[in-house]
Amino acid sequence: MTATPGTPDASPVLLDVRDLHVEFRTRDGAARAVNGVTYSVAEGETLAVLGESGSGKSVTAQAVMGILDVPPGRITGGEIRFQGRDLLTLKEDERRKVRGREMAMIFQDALSSLNPVLSVGEQLGEMFVVHRGMSRKDARNKAVELMDRVRIPAARERVGQYPHQFSGGMRQRIMIAMALALEPALIIADEPTTALDVTVQAQVMDLLADLRRELAMGLILITHDLGVVADVADKIAVMYAGRIVESAPVHDIYKAPAHPYTKGLLESIPRLDQKGQELYAIKGLPPNLLRIPPGCAFHPRCPLARDVCRTDEPPLYDVPDGRGSACHFWQETLHG
Amino acid sequence: MPEPFYEPDAAVEAVAAAGAGGATDFAVDGGRTPRKTPEGGPQGTGPVGPDPSAASGERARSLWSDAWRDLRGNPVFIVSGLVIAFLVVISVWPSLIASGNPLQCDLARAQQGSQPGHPFGFNGQGCDVYTRTVYGARTSVTVGVCATLGVALLGSVLGGLAGFFGGAWDALLSRVTDVFFGIPVVLGGLVFLSVVTSTTVWPVIGFIVLLGWPQIARIARGSVITVKQNDYVQAARALGASNARMLLRHVTPNAVAPVIVVATIALGTYISLEATLSYLGVGLKPPTVSWGIDLSAASPYVRNAPHMLLWPAGALAVTVLAFIMLGDAVRDALDPKLR
Repeated sequence: MTATPGTPDASPVLLDVRDLHVEFRTRDGAARAVNGVTYSVAEGETLAVLGESGSGKSVTAQAVMGILDVPPGRITGGEIRFQGRDLLTLKEDERRKVRGREMAMIFQDALSSLNPVLSVGEQLGEMFVVHRGMSRKDARNKAVELMDRVRIPAARERVGQYPHQFSGGMRQRIMIAMALALEPALIIADEPTTALDVTVQAQVMDLLADLRRELAMGLILITHDLGVVADVADKIAVMYAGRIVESAPVHDIYKAPAHPYTKGLLESIPRLDQKGQELYAIKGLPPNLLRIPPGCAFHPRCPLARDVCRTDEPPLYDVPDGRGSACHFWQETLHG
Repeated sequence: MPEPFYEPDAAVEAVAAAGAGGATDFAVDGGRTPRKTPEGGPQGTGPVGPDPSAASGERARSLWSDAWRDLRGNPVFIVSGLVIAFLVVISVWPSLIASGNPLQCDLARAQQGSQPGHPFGFNGQGCDVYTRTVYGARTSVTVGVCATLGVALLGSVLGGLAGFFGGAWDALLSRVTDVFFGIPVVLGGLVFLSVVTSTTVWPVIGFIVLLGWPQIARIARGSVITVKQNDYVQAARALGASNARMLLRHVTPNAVAPVIVVATIALGTYISLEATLSYLGVGLKPPTVSWGIDLSAASPYVRNAPHMLLWPAGALAVTVLAFIMLGDAVRDALDPKLR
């Protein structure tokens, strides 16, 4: 019943998340942010995790990185295997050594993700000082090298400058450089281009994709922008209310979505040939995580919803070509 | 006014992204995403020209260098800084401007007014008021500086750790600070210090630190909690920084400004607190020379010989005012919201 999206080639699995559950304690009870997420990333593969705000995509990533705020957050079940090790059983100290060295994260807003009182050179160099015990001078040279690598012009002149002196795109390049510094096996990019101008978005995405190829890293790209995904990702996992509702190789999903939610997402993208028409929007709002609807969490907004959807939670059905869909009526959706 | 954290173009970009992000053109036709990038545009390499901020030739600025530049141009800072510098110099070398001995008194000259060589006259014991006022600065500055250092150190370490790690220690610390806030300062002073027999300044400093640290602890805790939630602390964690490194390198430098501001303003109030306690007879005790002691001794004679009271009172007022003004100037310089 658990269909993992087909891996194009048989590279070894790098990250394997199984049935992960995360809750947040709030005053009104437990908010179930992640409810049984299962996905895997092979070496050198790019997985795009797609979903609205609050769908649990970032929380899953934070759990993988081990930077979840505990409390109020709590991992209530599942396992996260990275290079064969179960990360959830590691001690915090060992876990910390994995971060930065073997997996790293790129955040959405590069301005707030860089320390305003340290120069970019100091922050980039810190990676080498912390993990490699390098001297400050060597670390600074490495910082210049990294800035060159992410194509920041005049790196040597700018290495002593502070984050606010860089433009948005340049700052995101610095974040990418920091994440790549120790050439980790896995990079998690949490909406890396959302805060950027559209043209800069394309440049940053291209850079990220190029570097990923060069270093043969696994990449988890978290986004709510379907446009960003298609060029870069190998496979897609669509999340809704803390679950994966559809997973598939990237191009299949655009051709024929197998879940009504994915279909709705694709239809709500404005198209050039639709000028003058009303934009499509999925009815209703994402569910309150304190009160996730019984049965299929999407049923209140679903055009196909029937009685069974209100009572039975759909498993992730196997769909041909290594896909998966958590919809009772995936066949109808796929062919209709 | 220099903006330490935000570039205007960053804001424009953010708005542009918000407006255009949803409109990234995409068609479901062939499963391909034609992303619009102008042909031959600067794709991949990014803008080649240096940033405007770099082009203007200014050196790398930080919050601190901005604050310093702000302070240098602030007349309030210059005036209070000069007064404080003068106070510090005469506390270290009082004999520079007062040649007499503050403890050498001649009862025959008690309560006499100003006369050549003794510009401020004599006090009730026949001691030279000018010399005593000059020597009193040393006590006040010592108490103020030592108490502030103690308060700042203890308060920011306890408050900072509680804010950073949270949990049970944080809850405990918050209740303890509540308890200390409930103790009236003067009453506490009367109770604690009346049993002390030492004539040095240390019991008074100790008392001020004991009652003062919760104020700084609260500020430091709040400040650390705010900074801790910043993405760059999360980012540092995601890149493998240890707790100690996050705290020392990422949290502390960004959280310390409010502590410095409050401590500077508090320094002035600690000086007046010392004078208050000494006036009440529980603070410093003779033979220590203190403005508070002199005020206390002079107050019964204020109608006949007001000079005995006015000079030390004036010195005290100017000193406290100078430190509070300095604190104000520092706050203006360090608070980015006021820019």
